[in-house]
Amino acid sequence: MTVRDLVRIALFAAIIAALGLLPRIDIPIAAGVPITAQTLGVMLAGVMLGARLGALAVLLFLFVVALGAPLLAGGRGGLGVLFGPTAGYLIGWIAGAYVCGLLMRALRGLPLFAATLIAAIGGGILVVYAFGVPWLAWKANLSLTQAILGGLVFVPGDLIKAVATAFITVATHRSAPSLISGRA
Amino acid sequence: MITTYLARRTWLHGVPAGVKLFALAALSFMLLPVQDWRILATAAMLAALVFAALGREARQRLALIRPLLPVLAIIAAFQVMTGDWRDAVGAVARLTLMVMLAELVTMTTTMAAMMEALAPVLRPLRHLGLDPRALTLAVALVIRFVPVLLEAWQRRAEAWRARSGRRPALRLVAPFVAEALRLADHVAEALTARGFAASARPQEHPMRKIP
Repeated sequence: MTVRDLVRIALFAAIIAALGLLPRIDIPIAAGVPITAQTLGVMLAGVMLGARLGALAVLLFLFVVALGAPLLAGGRGGLGVLFGPTAGYLIGWIAGAYVCGLLMRALRGLPLFAATLIAAIGGGILVVYAFGVPWLAWKANLSLTQAILGGLVFVPGDLIKAVATAFITVATHRSAPSLISGRA
Repeated sequence: MITTYLARRTWLHGVPAGVKLFALAALSFMLLPVQDWRILATAAMLAALVFAALGREARQRLALIRPLLPVLAIIAAFQVMTGDWRDAVGAVARLTLMVMLAELVTMTTTMAAMMEALAPVLRPLRHLGLDPRALTLAVALVIRFVPVLLEAWQRRAEAWRARSGRRPALRLVAPFVAEALRLADHVAEALTARGFAASARPQEHPMRKIP
């Protein structure tokens, strides 16, 4: 790993934190479902840094949170978040960023917008839920169906974030192509 | 930067970080097989008492559990719908108990002490190519980057508001990310110029010994 990689990992960990702490970016959202921009940072990390570095950025972010920094959306932090009912989603972020990066590489042939959108939905939503839902079911003694129902509330927000990831990536690529891994 | 750390010293501050972390891990394993709602509720009550005994500041930290309440309410509702109120009490008590216990450790341990306690666990990772020194630097960088990024965002948001009269939109994120990535590359150059190498293999950089 080069110094540049290390700093980029730290930067994306910080971007994930900053997106969670911002006083609400205007995301057009229906039904007042509480969503944060934090998972947007997770998707961006996987898409922009690639699988390995993206996953490491999320891991580093969670490590700093576990050490006690209140960087999760809503100012939560500390070891408590690892024991909560939604910790599975946080673990899923690591795998999610990794799969985002893998999909970006696999879909190099597609236009950037389409590739990013598919990567963000596949990694940032499907993989994250694949960890979060069973974890919630296990921790809260729920059936899988109930846990899935509980998780459905967040799907619209996450879909919006996947679209946002695609827009942001295309715009960033336009202004600085070398910043998106594998798409120079 | 704000932390979840309690500034006023309590008896729990004096307990070594390693002991607290080990106790937390041990307790979470011991509680796994427990299903009886009475035991779980009593344990949660005890943890709340420990919280309360640490002083007023600590009691205010109990509010940190508030974001968890909607989730707990949904869980309890599901439990009651399908089965038994006893299962509902047990599940909710177990979750609040574990979160409170973990919170107790975080509140009374500095981040530096936590990293030091984790050092023996992290040392074997050196064989996988992860330099503990690089990890320490990475953590420090994250903590330094967050306020810088927030400030950079605020500048952009203000400029946007002044020109458009509207609230900051997602459109601002792309230039923000590009600026941040350029900042990261400058920092990397500065670190390299000062002889820092991220890899654990010493032969890669002759100046590696210089911190």
